[in-house]
Amino acid sequence: MSETKSRLGEKSPKFGIVVFPGSNCDHDTYYVLRKILDLDVIFLWHKQVTLEDCDVIILPGGFSYGDYLRTGAIARFSPIMNEVTQFANKGGYVFGICNGFQILLEAGLLPGVMIKNESLNFVCKDIYLKIENKDTPFTKGFNGKSALKIPIAHGEGNYFADERTLKELEDNNQIVFRYCSKDASVTESANPNGSVMNIAGIINNKGNVMGMMPHPERSSDPVLGKTDGSLIFKSLVNNIFN
Amino acid sequence: MFKAKVLIKRRKTILDPQGKAVEIGAKHLGLSNIKNTRIDKYIEFNVDTNNKKAAEDEVNDYCKKLLVNPIMEDYEFTLEEVKS
Repeated sequence: MSETKSRLGEKSPKFGIVVFPGSNCDHDTYYVLRKILDLDVIFLWHKQVTLEDCDVIILPGGFSYGDYLRTGAIARFSPIMNEVTQFANKGGYVFGICNGFQILLEAGLLPGVMIKNESLNFVCKDIYLKIENKDTPFTKGFNGKSALKIPIAHGEGNYFADERTLKELEDNNQIVFRYCSKDASVTESANPNGSVMNIAGIINNKGNVMGMMPHPERSSDPVLGKTDGSLIFKSLVNNIFN
Repeated sequence: MFKAKVLIKRRKTILDPQGKAVEIGAKHLGLSNIKNTRIDKYIEFNVDTNNKKAAEDEVNDYCKKLLVNPIMEDYEFTLEEVKS
């Protein structure tokens, strides 16, 4: 594992952002990690078969392979995904955002599927997230925060899983974020896409692979007037070597 | 060579928002008897072998690994011999 220094901490992880054909949040994520958080970050082309000693792999948002067939269904067969899967199975940190989350579901690294939003609309707006599990490397240190304000931008973010899977997710505390109102109430009216149980983000049982539909990279630069998203990246930096 | 015709159906227990929206159009058209509209996928391709068993195996492989998500979809297919 590489160790670099940044202003956030003594030891900081090296981030790798996978670029698929059709990724379009890769540069936003890179910008936030490098320019806002002063971290070590590189792009990883989807055809490469090495992760270049990165400590955290980010699958960014976008429309990989045009969302053809099913969202994420073709990207999961990109050459780099073999490496990402092995890395995840060995305990490496993998973070899927929006389309990246959809790819993790198709790759079987997280359970469930995404279907079209119940409204059939592409929804692009700020939403609130209740933090259901504050004991993951992605969400530690959110003290005092009951809800995060982070935007969503998707047409297929309607999370679905069978009852057995949902029970497992609940029993193992794998539901990390649920859509909620500003005061952190999980209500039907706060659900922007029809996701079962208002699920917005989940983590695997081992706690090293997380996927979420909202875009933390779009609420990390203070110039945009909201920075809750940066808490997730900071949490990773502060927790994965400790 | 064989032509494969694959029909992929979303499980009945899973909401089909497209089907639901299209059915609203049917109501607006005054087609009041239309119920349970489901929009599924139909995929066609050729399998370049003369061995039917090998063709079936390859179609199943293609379906299971890529074309179909077994969490929410089922599939069926036919194979028809065609001239290459």
